[in-house]
Amino acid sequence: MRTRNPNVVGGLLGFAWLLVILVPIYYIVITSIRPREDYFSSNPLSIPSEFTLEPFRYVLENDFLRYFANSVFVTVVTVVAVVVSSLMASYVIVRSRTRLARFSQKLFLMGIAIPLQATIIPIYYLIVQLGLYDTLWALILPSVAFAIPITVLILTNFLRDVPKELYESMTVDGATDLQMFRRLVLPLAKPAVVTVGIYDALQVWNGFLFPLVLTQSSEMRVLPLSLWAYQGEFTTNIPAVLAAVMLSALPILVLYIAGRRQLISGLTAGFSK
Amino acid sequence: MTAAQSPAPPVPREGRAPSRGSARSRARTSLRTAPSNWMLAPALAFFGIFALLPLAGVVVLSFFAWDGLGTPSFAGFDAWVSVFQNPVTLNAMKLTFLMTALSFVVQFPLSLLLGTFMAGHQRYREAFSVLYFLPLLFSAAATGIAFKALLDPNFGLSRAFDADFLRQDWLGSPNLAFYTLIMVISWSFVPFHSLLYQAGVRQIPKSMYEAATLDGAGRTRQFFNVTLPQLKYTIVTSSTLMLVGSLTYFDLIFILTGGGPGNATRVLPLDMYLTGFRSYQMGPASVIAVILIAVGLLLSLGLNKVSGADKMESQMEGA
Repeated sequence: MRTRNPNVVGGLLGFAWLLVILVPIYYIVITSIRPREDYFSSNPLSIPSEFTLEPFRYVLENDFLRYFANSVFVTVVTVVAVVVSSLMASYVIVRSRTRLARFSQKLFLMGIAIPLQATIIPIYYLIVQLGLYDTLWALILPSVAFAIPITVLILTNFLRDVPKELYESMTVDGATDLQMFRRLVLPLAKPAVVTVGIYDALQVWNGFLFPLVLTQSSEMRVLPLSLWAYQGEFTTNIPAVLAAVMLSALPILVLYIAGRRQLISGLTAGFSK
Repeated sequence: MTAAQSPAPPVPREGRAPSRGSARSRARTSLRTAPSNWMLAPALAFFGIFALLPLAGVVVLSFFAWDGLGTPSFAGFDAWVSVFQNPVTLNAMKLTFLMTALSFVVQFPLSLLLGTFMAGHQRYREAFSVLYFLPLLFSAAATGIAFKALLDPNFGLSRAFDADFLRQDWLGSPNLAFYTLIMVISWSFVPFHSLLYQAGVRQIPKSMYEAATLDGAGRTRQFFNVTLPQLKYTIVTSSTLMLVGSLTYFDLIFILTGGGPGNATRVLPLDMYLTGFRSYQMGPASVIAVILIAVGLLLSLGLNKVSGADKMESQMEGA
């Protein structure tokens, strides 16, 4: 049926959207390898007369690696803290019937519906009071809190499908809570942990509002904020600004090439189930 | 299962009905194997201190005057009155409503159609889908900065083609900037929503299409009679994310226009940021935050109510 009657209109619209998607991306790539002098004189979408990696060198010489390292640190610490605390909470929520467990479940479910970004002012106040303003911890602590509700939801949905007998056989062996967690829950939940970990990591990696409000010095700058700062500093060097844009997307591109399926399921975690 | 989900009831007398006894012993077993509550502590502590406390804090701060540096002082309803008398904020409310509505009108049909397109297993569609993903590689900051350069009136798109309609000050013209933002927002978010729809369409049983074909339904009728009703839950999820998302959207707009030119793109989240962290009026900024939270919460709870109650059940049936 399909092959005999191909969807021409659909195909054309699909192609049009492809152009819409690709032109800006082509522009980013082509400009990041365009010589600086060329930028002001040539058609922005033309293929440059010569290629250069100078914009990349310029960005790397301007502390890009420090911002990158800051982003990696914030992302890794946040994701580990979110996943461990959420998995422990999910384990209790699924396995225990105490009042606190049921209350926590409701609380986290409600947390998903609240646009928490709007609480930035009291968060700023809190961070200043704790003496954490302009540190990477100022980014990590609220990021962990904001990621917990959705992470708990996804992990509880997953753990619910684990047969009860598995837990019970371990308990008969006299395992403690922590042993159960390490030897049973963590390995069992691994696929869900990877998915939700990717989701959380992307949120933190791309986050802009917390760094903007909660940090100030260039020592504490993370990648998204550094792009903004570069744009302000390199006003006449757009190729370098776009080279930084390219470099900031590189880790996610690597992830996309290495594990497309994982990345997509991570991105849509909890929403497409 | 329902019996096991409620906590073990206090049973004063022993050994009544045999069935009752077995239910009780089952409950006791699962209680014995259940982890203790302390494992909830880290998640509750993080969420309590850095999400719930600020949530309460923002309500409290909306009744205070604070410049961001000193100590907040109680001010009653001053901030609330000033916010509802401030033409900039009132305009921001109007813009936010417009932006939420318009970006939904643009994004919803695009994502739905693209998702359906991407769900096809034709070679070219799978190749297209790989490329459709690309905007998702970029953070909002990266997207904003790239488009700012691309839409530059002197060195950007306006010089790329010899066409008058492209020669515009896309982000600098008060009439155009708002619509330009909606286009950039769509570029950056439609890929995500179309992924949701792609997954949704692929879960629709093939037999339903086969039956529709036998009934003589063409492509368009299949879309409206099979695809669309089957996507009900995806539509609710995606629409909730779209609406609440554009209500609270900040990053891209901040980078692309900063609310300008004038106040032409100063939507509520931006108004909150600028009022709080540029004008140092944390009281009024907190009022705006409370409004944002309330509207966002109502919107997502309302949309969930439309289909939410039976959502879990039908998903379990499908599994």
